[in-house]
Amino acid sequence: MLLSIRDLSKSFPGTRALDGVDFDLRAGEVHALLGENGAGKSTLIKCLTGAYRRDAGEIRLDGEKISPSSTSEAQELGIGTVYQEVNLLPNLTVAQNLTFGREPRRFGMVDGKAQRELAREMLDGYGLDIDVGRDLGAYSVAVRQIVAIARAVALSGKVLILDEPTASLDAAEVRMLFDVIRDLRDRGLGIIFVSHFLDQVFALCDRLTVLRNGRKITTETTADLDRVKLIEHMLGHELDRASEEAATTDSVADDRPELLRFEGIGRAGVVEPFDLTIRKGEVIGLAGLLGSGRTETAELMFGVRTPQTGKTRDADGPVSHATPREAIAAGFGFAPEDRKTHGIIADLSVRENIILAMQAHRGWTRPIPRAEQDAIAEDYIAKLDIRTSDADKPVGDLSGGNQQKVVLARWLAMNPRYLILDEPTRGIDVGAHAEILRLIQEITEEGMSILVISSELDELIAVVDRVIVLRDRKHMRELTGEEVATDAIVRAIASSDHAPDAARDHAR
Amino acid sequence: MKRAFLRVLPQLLTLAALIALVTLFFPQFLSVDYQAGRLSGPVIDVLKRGAPVALLAVGMTLVIATRGIDLSVGTVMAITGAVAAWTISAGWGVGAAIILALAAGIACGVWNGCLVAIFGIQPIVATLILMTSGRGIAQLITEGRILTFTDPAFAWLGSGTLLGIPVPTILWIVAAIATVVLMRRTALGLLVEAIGINRAASALAGVNASVLLIAVYMASGLCAALAGIIATADIRGADANNAGLWLELDAILAVVIGGNSLLGGRFSVAASVLGAMIIQTIDTGILLAGFPSEYNLVIKAALVLVILVLQSPNLADHWHFVRENVRRRREPEPSPDVKS
Repeated sequence: MLLSIRDLSKSFPGTRALDGVDFDLRAGEVHALLGENGAGKSTLIKCLTGAYRRDAGEIRLDGEKISPSSTSEAQELGIGTVYQEVNLLPNLTVAQNLTFGREPRRFGMVDGKAQRELAREMLDGYGLDIDVGRDLGAYSVAVRQIVAIARAVALSGKVLILDEPTASLDAAEVRMLFDVIRDLRDRGLGIIFVSHFLDQVFALCDRLTVLRNGRKITTETTADLDRVKLIEHMLGHELDRASEEAATTDSVADDRPELLRFEGIGRAGVVEPFDLTIRKGEVIGLAGLLGSGRTETAELMFGVRTPQTGKTRDADGPVSHATPREAIAAGFGFAPEDRKTHGIIADLSVRENIILAMQAHRGWTRPIPRAEQDAIAEDYIAKLDIRTSDADKPVGDLSGGNQQKVVLARWLAMNPRYLILDEPTRGIDVGAHAEILRLIQEITEEGMSILVISSELDELIAVVDRVIVLRDRKHMRELTGEEVATDAIVRAIASSDHAPDAARDHAR
Repeated sequence: MKRAFLRVLPQLLTLAALIALVTLFFPQFLSVDYQAGRLSGPVIDVLKRGAPVALLAVGMTLVIATRGIDLSVGTVMAITGAVAAWTISAGWGVGAAIILALAAGIACGVWNGCLVAIFGIQPIVATLILMTSGRGIAQLITEGRILTFTDPAFAWLGSGTLLGIPVPTILWIVAAIATVVLMRRTALGLLVEAIGINRAASALAGVNASVLLIAVYMASGLCAALAGIIATADIRGADANNAGLWLELDAILAVVIGGNSLLGGRFSVAASVLGAMIIQTIDTGILLAGFPSEYNLVIKAALVLVILVLQSPNLADHWHFVRENVRRRREPEPSPDVKS
């Protein structure tokens, strides 16, 4: 056994993140680590890499007890880690990144030629044909990821931990990365693979271990396990059948009263002018590839970027949404894609995060009384099943899915008429996923209209009444009723009708 | 209430330890006399001389809470002092002098705030502009001279007493309390903390970040104006070159000793003014203890270093560890975790 962990425990104030976890990693295997957010995956990894000190238990590497107290110590012992956000320096060259901290020297100066030579040797066998003298930032995320892996393998060489390595890669890049990982496995490395994508786990991993609420549930051989069984292990309960419920609501869509009408809203270089009518209680999906203008559409609607053209009206007349404050006053809400930088205020408590939009709307002179704040926070913590030890815990200490629920709670507390959710389930686990989809349905039953942006078509189809397909910063097609199905959307995204090209030529 | 007390406890302990240390060298440090209707003694002296830095620290705390910094406050003291002295010399009276000086302070704050909030200039650079150019403005007002005056009513603000207590002391305490009440009895404190932690997310939640930013720099300017009035009234003259010189650094130090993070977010005005008193106790204590004056700055630096090291977050983990151990020893059976 290359790496064996016995009875590992780690507590934080108010939570028991890991509770007597066992974990084994063989040399020459890819071992998936799975679990919902808050299951303890990242805590386990941080204990392994020395970022956290464990409270109890032992870690053996090659039979010897280790207890790394820093990432560099773990690296020297042979445990290398590559994170989702690659922790390399994009403004240095590939060679400088690869040899960082151990540059070959000549007369006390860095020897550039030897450095590039060393870098080329390190990249040998990764099937990467790149110029090591160029800045790392010039290459795609996938290449950067492989460079990070090459560096980790060269530095450590026994255990490689990959934390969500595929989160921002496209299909071809994922295949490229998987080839590299399989090759490293065959060279005898033990690889721990953390991912939310079950398909990838089944495609790549030899064994998998499931964690739930800080405990190990099971370790199984991937080939012996089917998907339903795995999801049951991860959730501990049956998946909500959100999709079946959704299918029945489609037929009533059309006679609902109109809520908002966006006419010719657009901004040069952001999104071409589009029309969109939103009915009361309707869920609209925006589909398209990254960079197709989905997020930008949401930003124009919420005044994050001010529209240059068009106007918006509701039943009572024109609606102004040139700034977020105006949009909020008009009854809009927006849960942005990047939760950490645009959603939560990490150091504020769960309670303060939930009441923030409400307080900002009331104005500073009318503070929400503490008792009312507590009541609102407790209410939404219960309603959305936000898992936190108490309402005064900093929201940054919560897991991703719970943070997302806090952002949702912030807007639900405002009771908006139109709520925009940009990738509401990005980076959160299967269980919270199903819960958020269920919430979306509950909200609309109360008459709120929702715009959902998502890269996961299954998820879109499960909740939406209509889908708008975007391509090249332009609203291309609207799919309704029967048309709302994966293959129809994919065809619409991929279809090469020449209308947009002609329009572009015309513009030139 | 308990939470607020725990927040300032380290500063209170530091202050107590310092007072004990100074008393060791100068036993009469805590003695207070009451003569001719005014209190006097080393402690009263600390409370009075610490007034400018305490006032600056009040405004600086708010600016730092938004993840900013205001380097111009010392200069704003010089400008507002010059404005006050000029107004008195021109014979417009005490009321006009105070109002014009405060208005000048607010104007300086608006200038800084607009550079930061509207033009997006980094706070340290934005306020550096006024820090360096402001003394020139003050010199233009005083026409390059030290502008002296003999208005007893205005001088009272710097050296007078009310109910036996020096007026500057009353001014900084009232300013600090008013700020705490304004921040914590309204939602301002929460909103300021929110934009300090994550301005982008706060703006998306509808917080009017730009207006709040300008407001905190205005508050800082206002506090600096009060400090400028006190300094000018105390020496009965406006010295454009030396009024408030380097005090911005003491104010920042006071905020830091108060345990407020320079990265913004959670703040405590009470802890900052205690920080200002800690600095003043060190200054006064060194003088009273009778060290040769060339040692003053070295001793001050050493004491500040010790205080900051004791407060460092890395050490805080160890304190926490020690405390946990003590608690565990006291209650042998750890309470069963109900939630799991």
